[in-house]
Amino acid sequence: MQTDTIAAICTPLGEGGVGVVRISGDKAFEIAKKVFKPKNNKDIEKMKGYTAAFGKVYDGEELLDDAVALVFRSPKSYTGENTVEISVHGGTHLIRRVLRAVTAAGARLAEGGEFTKRAFLNGKMSLTEAEAVMNLISAKNDRALNIATKNKEGALSQKIKKMTDKLLYLVSEISVFSDFPEDETLFLSEDNFLTSLKEISADLNTLIADYDKGKLIIDGINTVIAGSPNAGKSTLMNLLSKTKRSIVTSIAGTTRDVVEQTAKVGDYTLLLADTAGIHETNDEVEQIGIEQALNRLDTADLCLAVFDTSVPVTNDDKTLIERIKNKPTLLVLNKNDLNSTKEDYYERLNIPFVKISALTGEGENELVEQITNLLKLNELDPNAEMLISERQYQTVQRAKASVNEAIFSLESGVTLDAVGILIDDGLAALLELDGKRITTEVADEVFRNFCVGK
Amino acid sequence: MQTYLADSIDVAVIGAGHAGIEAALASARLGAKTVCFTINLDWVGNMPCNPSIGGTAKGHLVREIDALGGEMGKAADANTLQSRMLNRGKGPAVHSLRAQIDRRDYSAYMKHTMEKQENLLVRQAEIISLEKTVEGYELTTALGAVFKAKSVVLATGTFLKGKIFVGEVNYEGGPDGTFAATTLSNSLLKLGLPLRRFKTGTPARVLRSSINFENLEKQEGDEKVIPFSFETETPPENSVCCHITYTNDDTKNVILNNLDRSPLYGGVIEGVGPRYCPSIEDKIVRFADKKRHQLFIEPCGKNTEEMYLQGMSSSLPEEVQLKFYRTIAGLENVEIMRPAYAIEYDCIGPLSLFPTLEVKGQRGLFGAGQFNGSSGYEEAAAQGLVAGINAAKFTKGEELFHLARSGSYIGTLIDDLVTKGCADPYRMMTSRSEYRLILRQNNADERLTPIGYEIGLISEERYNKFKQTLEIKEKEIERLENTFASPSEEINKMLEEKGTVPLSTGVRFADLIRRPQLSIADILPFDSEHPTLSEEILDKIETEIKYSGYIKRQLATVKEMHRMEATKLDVNTPYDEISGLRLEAREKLLKIKPLNIGQAMGISGVSPADISVLIIWLQKKGN
Repeated sequence: MQTDTIAAICTPLGEGGVGVVRISGDKAFEIAKKVFKPKNNKDIEKMKGYTAAFGKVYDGEELLDDAVALVFRSPKSYTGENTVEISVHGGTHLIRRVLRAVTAAGARLAEGGEFTKRAFLNGKMSLTEAEAVMNLISAKNDRALNIATKNKEGALSQKIKKMTDKLLYLVSEISVFSDFPEDETLFLSEDNFLTSLKEISADLNTLIADYDKGKLIIDGINTVIAGSPNAGKSTLMNLLSKTKRSIVTSIAGTTRDVVEQTAKVGDYTLLLADTAGIHETNDEVEQIGIEQALNRLDTADLCLAVFDTSVPVTNDDKTLIERIKNKPTLLVLNKNDLNSTKEDYYERLNIPFVKISALTGEGENELVEQITNLLKLNELDPNAEMLISERQYQTVQRAKASVNEAIFSLESGVTLDAVGILIDDGLAALLELDGKRITTEVADEVFRNFCVGK
Repeated sequence: MQTYLADSIDVAVIGAGHAGIEAALASARLGAKTVCFTINLDWVGNMPCNPSIGGTAKGHLVREIDALGGEMGKAADANTLQSRMLNRGKGPAVHSLRAQIDRRDYSAYMKHTMEKQENLLVRQAEIISLEKTVEGYELTTALGAVFKAKSVVLATGTFLKGKIFVGEVNYEGGPDGTFAATTLSNSLLKLGLPLRRFKTGTPARVLRSSINFENLEKQEGDEKVIPFSFETETPPENSVCCHITYTNDDTKNVILNNLDRSPLYGGVIEGVGPRYCPSIEDKIVRFADKKRHQLFIEPCGKNTEEMYLQGMSSSLPEEVQLKFYRTIAGLENVEIMRPAYAIEYDCIGPLSLFPTLEVKGQRGLFGAGQFNGSSGYEEAAAQGLVAGINAAKFTKGEELFHLARSGSYIGTLIDDLVTKGCADPYRMMTSRSEYRLILRQNNADERLTPIGYEIGLISEERYNKFKQTLEIKEKEIERLENTFASPSEEINKMLEEKGTVPLSTGVRFADLIRRPQLSIADILPFDSEHPTLSEEILDKIETEIKYSGYIKRQLATVKEMHRMEATKLDVNTPYDEISGLRLEAREKLLKIKPLNIGQAMGISGVSPADISVLIIWLQKKGN
């Protein structure tokens, strides 16, 4: 089977110093030759792997720029295929022209994640590594990047391997148990079984808990901003966006709808949803807006409830507090001028709070700190191995369910042949997690994601 | 040598051991004109090693053979001396039937069954050559008879270039004093079959009256005997008792001091022996820290005083054998009737077979039993049945069949052989199946009888009876799931005695059966509506209810496997042209030619990444 040759810009677009177009596939050299002329008349097709040539890039007859071409020979390249990387001076327009020249010369535009997909298919990386690369590409902030890098280095694989080794040992013990009925010397301790299983269950629990926290870091924290219309929500928005201009943009056009925006706060990405003020009303349209706001509150990772401390506490404020007090909530107390007479009331509510000031812009650091504490994000070891995709998470959940069921069955006196099935299932899930076992579902799932990545 | 054309037939089976018998009977029963050749007509269905059938995983095979319409289970039931269900305490997946068999009666039974079989002729002859012709194959006997056959089953056991070893003595020969088949191997090599040497061995047979049983542990048969065959209505009765004794330090010393006289350690035997059935000298060397090894003393039949010493096979010289046997408690004055020996033989590397047991590149030529690299009567019979069915199908131009790994131990056995190959004689083990809880010995009929019926080895009458039983079982399970036990003093007394929680409200009978402490028999007295059912059905019901959650889980795994097995691969798939497959995977796939993705997954050297490449290649090709 011939693979077609693909190309894409593999540096971020923008006014950077250097831009790189990567060409990968059976015809990579042939295509590169059409657009790139080496200065010393070197023939790209005859160049050794890992060598570079200096020259010029053309689009047909038109000279585009000076360039360096890096040659990689199959299988020693990122994708495992013949690859040429053409580096030109950065600049969105120029680099796009180079890509256009390359596609005109016979390459097809790469789909998102296609280089990585080929690398995986050519055996250049494991499934978890490939997934990590996909996450690296889409990492929204530095901490997400850090996690993705760790996984690409195989930390998660190591951790999984430790657990699969333990399970494999139990499986071999069960084999002995079922194969040698009449040998008097074999002895299996159910206690040892239980101990091992419980250790694995605990490890899986850590992975799951970390994933929930890690997800907040990688995907961003779903945050609802609630509060009455004049409480100072725009002050908070401005603080978060660090601009004087309100970053709020309306999706559907009325202030009563949910408004969404992304803001970076410290290391975190907040996916903000501003909501209509929650209050008693007979207005049908307003009621719909309030309904939406309440729904949002129920599913949010974090609620920032904004209050103006210079005005008396209203019934609507009290209703809101009642609604949110058992959720991950941070009270944002807006110090309106010097007249913050009602601060005491909010501080006594036994809900974490933070004071912000529209005038000085103070409060951001404390806000980050409070969010960290509230969501226990500081309990996440930045160097720990972590699950990074929903597929991995679901698979670990499955492994955990099997292991826990095995523990339960063993404790209630079920025979080992049946317990063995649960252990087999747990093991299968962990092997699947690391791509050591393939099922049609995994293949479909992973490759579906590969197509939409980047 | 002057030859003459003796006959033109459909199927020729070479060998009348456990594989040959099933192959010949199946082929003839499916209407193919069949001749089965044996070197000695008095040794049809001989048991040259232990006088028993079944055991862990092997018992499953016998039940499966029976469910498909084979003969072994019925023959075993008709000649049982003692029967035990092994692993009773270990759960239904590992329950396994094992029976002591009257060796000579078994052989006579099988010979007579074959003699009575329509379409079948059993003929004493050594086949000295096998040649391919345009129409099929030509077999020549040592006396010059030529048989033309459309299809051939090789079930040569340990006869192919058989060589016997007892200490420093070795000579050409088959098992139990028969001739070896010394020339057939040449024809097979000429056909391009990759032959190799395997070895196996057997312990001595000793005189019963020379054993002192007084202080030996007794092993009795089960009180209630369960037959192998689903068709046996009157279960066999126990008529003998086995005994257990142990080796000791003296035994070990005698063996270690004479190790240099063993042909195995002296390097005289080149064949590889069975890992899971080692000789006593092997056990003592490999498990050096083990204080003692167990051995069973088993009678060989009703009309003989020969006793078999299970676990004590050896190729040491006769005088050393006598010396170490006599170190063992109870055997102090033992007299050997036949010495232990090792036997080396030619067999094929099973990677050159398809899951149908047809030899790759040799249409109509099939292999079965020890010839394929397995060990054991039951393994042989299982393959013989599949090979015989396919030989008959081949002559009729029908599509060949194979059994799924996820549906039977037979399928697992054959898949292991043809996909993974074997480095030593392959023995069936429970742990070889990933689907143990579903592949139980008590549901072999549900798994395979419909297949046997479709093939044509199960009669209409048996099939209808099977369906009726199935219906009764399902109805009763449903009733137990929907009928409640109400709390009463009696039932609570029973529950507390069994160490489980008494009832305060009504509880489904099925949920009571699910409690690990309880059996269906404990519940029945409190279930006034229960129908009278056979032990066999009750056993099935109990297992299915008790383990329903686990069974469901395993079925989910099986379903995934079925999906993989349903993704077919052409035997001519151009693996060397699929980019993305690693070199090792390409080579293995080209050699093994898997029939589907499920089989390809089992090949060592083919990684999950290779499998995903294959799946994607197939999808692209489909588009």
